[in-house]
Amino acid sequence: MQANFLRPPQAEFPVVRLVGVDGARLAHAETEPDRETMLDLFRWMVFGRIFDQRMISLQRQGRIGTIGTIRGQEASAAGLALAMRRSDWLIGSYRELLAYIAHGVSIETVISLYRGGVPGPFPADVGAMPIQIVIGTQIPHAAGAALGAKLRGSDDVAVGCCGDGATSEGDFHEGLNFASVHKVPAVFFVQNNGWAISVPRARQTASETIAQKAWAYGMPGVVVDGNDAVAVYAVVKEAVERARAGDGPALIEAVTYRVGPHTTSDDPRRYRSDEEVAQHEQDDPIARLRRLLEREGIYEEGMQERLEEEARSEMSAAIERAEAAPDVTPDQMFDLTWAAPTESVQKDRAQTISDLQELGEVGKE
Amino acid sequence: MKANIVEAIQDAMRVALARDKDVVVLGEDVGKNGGVFRATDGLQAEFGEARVFDTPLAESSIAGVGVGLAAYGLRPICEIQFGGFLYISLNQIASQAARLRLRTAGHLQAAMVIRAPYGGKVRTPDLHSDSLETLFAHTPGVKVAMPSTPYNAKGLLLAAIDDPDPVVFLEPMRIYRGLRQDIPDGHYTVPLGVARIAREGTDVTLVAYGAEAQTALEAAQQLATEGVSCEVVDLQTVSPLDRETIVASVQKTGRAVVVHEAVRQAGIGAEIAAVIQEQAFYSLAAPVQRVTGWNTPFPFVQAEHLYVPGTAHIAQAVRRVLQD
Repeated sequence: MQANFLRPPQAEFPVVRLVGVDGARLAHAETEPDRETMLDLFRWMVFGRIFDQRMISLQRQGRIGTIGTIRGQEASAAGLALAMRRSDWLIGSYRELLAYIAHGVSIETVISLYRGGVPGPFPADVGAMPIQIVIGTQIPHAAGAALGAKLRGSDDVAVGCCGDGATSEGDFHEGLNFASVHKVPAVFFVQNNGWAISVPRARQTASETIAQKAWAYGMPGVVVDGNDAVAVYAVVKEAVERARAGDGPALIEAVTYRVGPHTTSDDPRRYRSDEEVAQHEQDDPIARLRRLLEREGIYEEGMQERLEEEARSEMSAAIERAEAAPDVTPDQMFDLTWAAPTESVQKDRAQTISDLQELGEVGKE
Repeated sequence: MKANIVEAIQDAMRVALARDKDVVVLGEDVGKNGGVFRATDGLQAEFGEARVFDTPLAESSIAGVGVGLAAYGLRPICEIQFGGFLYISLNQIASQAARLRLRTAGHLQAAMVIRAPYGGKVRTPDLHSDSLETLFAHTPGVKVAMPSTPYNAKGLLLAAIDDPDPVVFLEPMRIYRGLRQDIPDGHYTVPLGVARIAREGTDVTLVAYGAEAQTALEAAQQLATEGVSCEVVDLQTVSPLDRETIVASVQKTGRAVVVHEAVRQAGIGAEIAAVIQEQAFYSLAAPVQRVTGWNTPFPFVQAEHLYVPGTAHIAQAVRRVLQD
């Protein structure tokens, strides 16, 4: 007989889209956001845009270090965060900064991190692991936290987030595989923004979609329009609730576009055209949701401007608080590295501080 | 109870599983099979599949899932089947477990144990015999314990499970079953970060750990018949290092030989020699000698008895420090 070399057909992974670029409703979903939630989504997305602008400008002024940009991905981040409960665990990376803030991590905690200070702690009732910098490494953590919830008999769900580039990492596959074998309450959320610094999505994977990788692990995979906040919210909500109900993990691919550079240190003109970016800017997720709100009579005159103004003052206040915080001290480094320091660690700590005091580089304790 | 090292380790996990419901054991073949060395034998039957379970064959996620479990508040004991496979877990241990507390300003911690058998002279295939403690000793935030007897194997493992910091627990494969002794029933700990004087002596200090602590004791016994009195310091914890015990011993004897089977360059022995130089320089009557693996990968099995320090190699170094 002839072996049948099957290829998964792309038609099996249609893009879930509930709102068109023109703001028209295309479909409804049971888990779609209500009126109040749509306003929340809009508010957070507007905040995300201002946050991104302010952070880039702080970096340009030398007030924070290198930072990744999130412009164009506000719908994915806000849709994700608002579909989660505060006690659900958000386990993401530097591209999910808006999601972290919308989930309950304070703005100044994020700013402190990029100021090179001690980032936190997170509020006690917020489920979250640190903003991950090592690509894909957080995906097994999500499987582990989800297993922890299951073993403790909690109904928390862990959401592991990464980008399209991270789906090439071994940890991405190990994490999904573990989660599915152990049927843990996890959701994996990939923001496919088309680029991993300069490497396009097509050079990361030869599969037609990222979502279809879920099939290899025996879990469902969904592609959602990542610029459609309503659809992202609905799909994440459904995945989170089915995980909570004990139906196991799922993989969501949110297709979006990184309008800005990878980070403040990146020059995207070296690898992609202005025309490509301009074309994607035609589909601004904030404008799309605003058109929907207008069509449905929810939008009020001047709302966006008012929200932008609120976001600016929230940012200013958070920056002020973050900049008022004292700098990291050597004793904090030792104390946060070891919870149970041995005698030699305590001596190292004391010697380090006394050497620096002798030089006048730190003050007396 | 009478126990060898692997039985003592198993007993420690049994005690921990019984006294704390947050303790879970995960790894390859740790369930029904009880681990390839039987370290987890019977634990799944006793504590259930939710608390003692097999993972897919993927060492990065064994450690990575452990980090997630620990972040959620559980106390995972992750088994890595052979020490050489720790290379695959290194990122999760060094870049994640070690820094979770720091990254969250103390909000979360990775109170977890990563257990792995290590070391050579067991005629294993490639990469099953490596001693990788240096990788973790170079990773602040992770403790590294390496037992040498049934008593300290159980006590150190229970201390590691209780510890709020992640602990890499490297088990001396070669002497897993080579040595039986009476150990206490139930819970007791041997504190992390504290070395023990395994044998008192006056002429030269032998610093060793793990299986090589036993080799050093044998060498000391042989040398005693030649009239040489060796003090043997068994580190028990390789990181953070108990510098005080080492320094006090060398201040007494004036001579030191450091023994380990890991690669020589930048090994634990180099750190110990540096500590002795910094803190016991004026007590030294001779340069510190190192007896170690070579600056090569762990060799093909036919040469492993030459590579792993034996009593003759240790005696040779002792004679050298006594010449000065």
